[in-house]
Amino acid sequence: MKRQFADNELDTSLSRVDGNEKVSGAATYSAEYAVPGLVHAVLVTSNIAKGSITAIESREAETAPGVLAVISHLNAPAVPGWPALKQPAERAPVGTAFRVFYDAFIYFDGQPVAMVVADTQERAIHAAALVRVTYQQETHQTHFERNVKSAGIPQNVQRSKNSPFQDYGRGDADAIAEAEVRIEAEYTIPTQHHQPLEPHAIIAVWEANDKLTVYDKNQGVKSAQGQLAQAFKLPRDNVQVVSKYIGGAFGSGIRVWPHTIAAVMAAKQVKRPVKLVLGRDQMFTSVGYRPYTAQKLRIGASKDGRLHAMVHEGTGQTSMYEEHLERTVLATRAMYTCPNVSTRYRLLPLDVNTPTWMRGPGDATGMFALESAMDELAFALKMDPLEFRLKNYAETDPERNLPWSAKSLRECYKLGAEKFGWENRQIEPASIRRKGMLVGYGMASSLYGFHRHPSKARAVMRADGSVTVQSATMDIGPGTGTAMTRIAAKVLGLNAKKVKFELGHSNLPDAPGQNGSATIPSVGSAVHVACEALKSKLIALAVKMSEAGKSGGQVVVTDGQGVRNGRVFGSGADDEGVSFADILKYHKLNELEATEESKPGPERDQYSMFSFGCHFVEVHVNPLTGEVRVVRVVTCADVGAIINYKTARSQSIGGVVGGIGMALMEHSEMDHRFGRYVTTDFASYHIPVHADIPPIEVYYVDKPDVHVNPMGSKGLGEIAIVGVAGAVANAVFNATGKRIRTLPITPDKLI
Amino acid sequence: MKPFQYLRPKTVSEAVSMALDNPEAQYIAGGTNLIDLMKRGIASPPKLIDINHLPLKKIEHRYDRIRIGALALNSDVAQHKLVKTRQPLLAEALLAGASGQIRNMATVGGNLLQRTRCSYFYDVALPCNKRKPGSGCGAEGGINRTHAIFFNGSEVPSCIAVHPSDMCVALAALDTSVVVAGPAGERRILFKDLHRLSTKEPEMDTTLNPGELITSIEVLDNAFTGHSHYLKVRDRASYAFALVSVAAALQMDGGKIWDARLALGGVAHKPWRYWAIELMLRGQPPSEKLFREVAEHELQSARAGEHNAYKIKLTANAMIAALKIAAGIS
Repeated sequence: MKRQFADNELDTSLSRVDGNEKVSGAATYSAEYAVPGLVHAVLVTSNIAKGSITAIESREAETAPGVLAVISHLNAPAVPGWPALKQPAERAPVGTAFRVFYDAFIYFDGQPVAMVVADTQERAIHAAALVRVTYQQETHQTHFERNVKSAGIPQNVQRSKNSPFQDYGRGDADAIAEAEVRIEAEYTIPTQHHQPLEPHAIIAVWEANDKLTVYDKNQGVKSAQGQLAQAFKLPRDNVQVVSKYIGGAFGSGIRVWPHTIAAVMAAKQVKRPVKLVLGRDQMFTSVGYRPYTAQKLRIGASKDGRLHAMVHEGTGQTSMYEEHLERTVLATRAMYTCPNVSTRYRLLPLDVNTPTWMRGPGDATGMFALESAMDELAFALKMDPLEFRLKNYAETDPERNLPWSAKSLRECYKLGAEKFGWENRQIEPASIRRKGMLVGYGMASSLYGFHRHPSKARAVMRADGSVTVQSATMDIGPGTGTAMTRIAAKVLGLNAKKVKFELGHSNLPDAPGQNGSATIPSVGSAVHVACEALKSKLIALAVKMSEAGKSGGQVVVTDGQGVRNGRVFGSGADDEGVSFADILKYHKLNELEATEESKPGPERDQYSMFSFGCHFVEVHVNPLTGEVRVVRVVTCADVGAIINYKTARSQSIGGVVGGIGMALMEHSEMDHRFGRYVTTDFASYHIPVHADIPPIEVYYVDKPDVHVNPMGSKGLGEIAIVGVAGAVANAVFNATGKRIRTLPITPDKLI
Repeated sequence: MKPFQYLRPKTVSEAVSMALDNPEAQYIAGGTNLIDLMKRGIASPPKLIDINHLPLKKIEHRYDRIRIGALALNSDVAQHKLVKTRQPLLAEALLAGASGQIRNMATVGGNLLQRTRCSYFYDVALPCNKRKPGSGCGAEGGINRTHAIFFNGSEVPSCIAVHPSDMCVALAALDTSVVVAGPAGERRILFKDLHRLSTKEPEMDTTLNPGELITSIEVLDNAFTGHSHYLKVRDRASYAFALVSVAAALQMDGGKIWDARLALGGVAHKPWRYWAIELMLRGQPPSEKLFREVAEHELQSARAGEHNAYKIKLTANAMIAALKIAAGIS
C-alpha cells in the first residue's frame, strides 16, 4: 500500500531522532540538570483527608544535619499572584486551584503540609520524617458509591448554556421503552493513575530577584511559563521553562501542580537552586488521576439490529475545590446512527485531590461503557458485534448534522477484521478451548475529536544547507521531534539528517502543550507552513540567481518548480538545479529564516472532525484460576495521512498497552476509613509488564483528510487507547460468558 | 532514611558476635527487601551488618541432600543443574518470584526472611500490629483482598497478612532444614518451624533467636521429580505477588499416589503446608474428581474477610489445577 507521506515505496520511516541519546543515557531529564549550588526539597504530606493543621513541630527537623529550611503555611514566602489570606480563614471556594502552604486547611490525604530543604536529598528525606504535624480532624467523604446521591450538575455547566456537558437529547427521550430489544447496564471505572516511570520533578532557579528558570517535567512549557509568571507576578519573558525530555506523562503534566510552585517557593526562601522529585507514593496525590466514574447505559434496537435509542448517564468524581469534567458521555452522541439519544453528566465532589486528564480522557471511560453495551446488545440480538456496528455506521455526524471531514472507519473495521481473523469468532461464549484455556474474541470501536490550536514554528537554514526547525512543543513519548523532522525534510526536499528539530523550551516559538492528540495537527502544520515559507524564499533567491546568470555558468532555474535532494529545480527535463548552500553563498547569507503561524479556519464549522479506529483482541482465560491473558491484538486507525510509520506504530502499541492495563489491572484503591490510598507503589498498583503484552499488530488506513490541515493528518495519541478496555472486556465475555462491568477484570471477578 | 552505621564482618562467627553486641543491628545481604523497608521508614536499624562477603554461596550435593548456601542468589539457584534435576519444584518456584533483576540480587537466606507486602505494614501512617504492635490491624476492617484465609485454629489473629515468598512455598512442601549459626554454634530448624503464625506476636516473623544467622538450607532428595508443579495465580503475568500459589509434588507408582506434598502461598501468615490433604491423597489413583473432593472438603476451615472470599474457591481451584499438572492428567 502506498504510504501517503512517503515519496515512494522505499521511503521508509525515520528512527527516533533522539533515540541514541535516550538509550545511552545522554538525554538530560528535568531532575538531572547539573545546576551549581543545588539543594533538595522533600514534601511532608498530610495523613488525614479533611480538617486543619493545628501545629507543626519542626524543631527536630530544623536542627537535623544539612537542613536549610522547613517551610509550611506558617512561614512560606508569599506567592504574589494569590489573594491575601482572609480572616477568619475560609475553605477555598469551588474553582480554586489548590494553593500549597497557603492556609491550615486540609482538603485531601497526601496534601503537602510542609517541605524540608537540605543539602542532600537523603538528609531532606530523613528530616522530612522528623516533622510532626497535628490536626483537627473532620469527617471526610471519599467513598464514591456511598455519596453518589450527592452528585449534581457541575457549577461550570450551570453557568454555561453552551457547555457540551449540558444534558443532551435528540429525538424522543422515552423511546428506549419501545425498543424491540434492549439492555440496561451499569459500568464502573475505578480511579486510575498515570504513573509514568519518570516521577514528576523540578529544578527551580531564581537567576535574579525577578528572573526564574525552571527545569520541570510538564507537557507544555508555554502554559507552565504563563502560569508561573502569573503566580509570581513576573513578566512572562522573565520566566523560562525547560522540559526537553520526558519519561512518560499521559496527561499528568498538563497542569502546573502544587509541587512545582513549592519548589519555586523553596528556592526563593533559601536563595539557592532547589530540586524537588516526587516519591512514587506522592505521585498518587500530587498530579491528578483518571477519576472514578460510574455509568449507566440503556440502549435498544429493532430486531434486525438498527439502534433505536440510547440513554447514557455518567457521574465522575472531583475534589471539593475544583471541578474536573470529562467527555464521558459525549462519544455516545456521535459514534453511531441512532434517532433517539439522551446523555447526562454529573459530578460528585469528594475529599480527594482534583483528577486530571489521562490518555483518552472521558472517551476511554465512556467508550468502555458504550462498547461493552454495544457488545451486550449484539449478543441479545444474536448478531455479530462487528456487523451490528456496521449496521449503525454513522455516515455523517448524527449530533452536529455535519459531514465528516473524512471517515474511513469502515475500512478500519474491514482491515482489522481481516488481519485478525474475526470470521473465526463464535457468537456463543465459552465455545472455544485451547490447551485447557477458554478462548475469547472481542472488538471495539474508537474515536477522538480533532483538535488543532494556533502554533508557530521557525525554520532556519544555515550556510551549509542544513536546517534547524524550532517550536515550543513537547515530546512526552510519541516522537514529536522525529515526526517534525520528517515534515520539514519532506517540505524542503532535504535528507532528514540535515534537519534538526528543537522543542521543550519556552524561548522557542509559541506552541500548545502536548495533549488532546493535537501536536501533529497543530505544530506539524506550523512546521509545514514555516518550511513552505523557507522554501519559497529559497526558490525566489534561486530564480534571482539564475536571472543574473550566476548559477554555475548557465541558467538552470527560471521558474523554480520545486526542491529535491537539497537543491532547487526548475521545470526543464535535464535541469540540474542549484544547491541550497550555493544559493546562500551567492547571496552572501549566513542563514535564511522563516517564522510562520498556522491556525485552524472556518473548516471547523463546515465539517465534523474526528479520528477513528478499532481494536480486535483475543484473550485466554484460565477456567480454574480466572487469570486473563491477552494473547493477540490487532489495532487499526483512521487518522489521515501517517507522518512516520515507525513512531506512529509505537504510539499505537503504547495505547494498547495502556488499555490492557486499564482493563485488567490498574486500580488505585483507597481505604475510606482513612481516605487514603493503599496501593501507593508499583508492587500494589499494577501496570502491565512485558510478560502481559502479546504481539500487537498495527494498521493504518493512511488516507489524507484534506480538510484538517496541510498534511491531512489527525491525532493518534488518544484513539490508541480509547476502546481497548471495552474490546478486552468483550473478549472476556466471549471466552467465559461472564460480563465484567467493573474494571479492572481481575481473577477474583471471574472464578 | 535514618542514618546508619555499616559493619562488614569477615567470618560467620564475627557476624554473629557483631549482632549480639548490637541488638538493634540487622544483617543485610541482597537488600531487595530491607532497603525498601528502610526507605519507607518501616525498618530503621542503627547498624547494618553486611554479610555479602561471607563464604556462603556454595550449592552442593552431599549424601542425601542438596545444601544451598544462604548467600546463593535466587537466579543462580534456579538455574543450577543440581536444583533443576533434583528439586525442579524449587527451581520453578524461584522463577515465579519477583523479576529477573531482583532475583539477581536476592539471596536464599534473605528470601526466607522477607517480610509481608501488606499495604498497611508498608505505610507508617496506617495501623499495623506487625509494624507497631498494639496499633491494630488495618487490613482486618480495610482493604484485605490479598490477605490470609488460614489461621491458627479458631484463635483471633492479630495480623492477617500473608507471607510473600514463592521459594518458601516450595521449601515447605519439600523436606527442608534451615541451618543457622548462633552464639551456641550451629543448629538445624525444620522448615515448618521457621516461620510463625500471627496469634500473639505478629512482629516476630520467625523463630530465630537474637544474633542467629542463616548459613544454608538443606533439601532432602525425593522421588517427586516429573510429578511436581508450582502454580502461581497472580494479577499480572510476572512481577506480582501471589494471590494464591500451590506447590504440589506427588510420588506416583502403578497408577497410584504413594506420597503427596502440598503447600500453599498467599493464604496464611506463613507458607501453609497442607498435611491433611496429603494424607487423603495417599494410596489413591489420581483424578480431577479426587482432587476436587479433597480440596473442597478441606477448605471448610478457611475464613475470609470482606474482600478475599474469592480466595477460598480460588485456593481449591488452584490446588486442583496444580495437582492435575503434577499427576499428568489434562
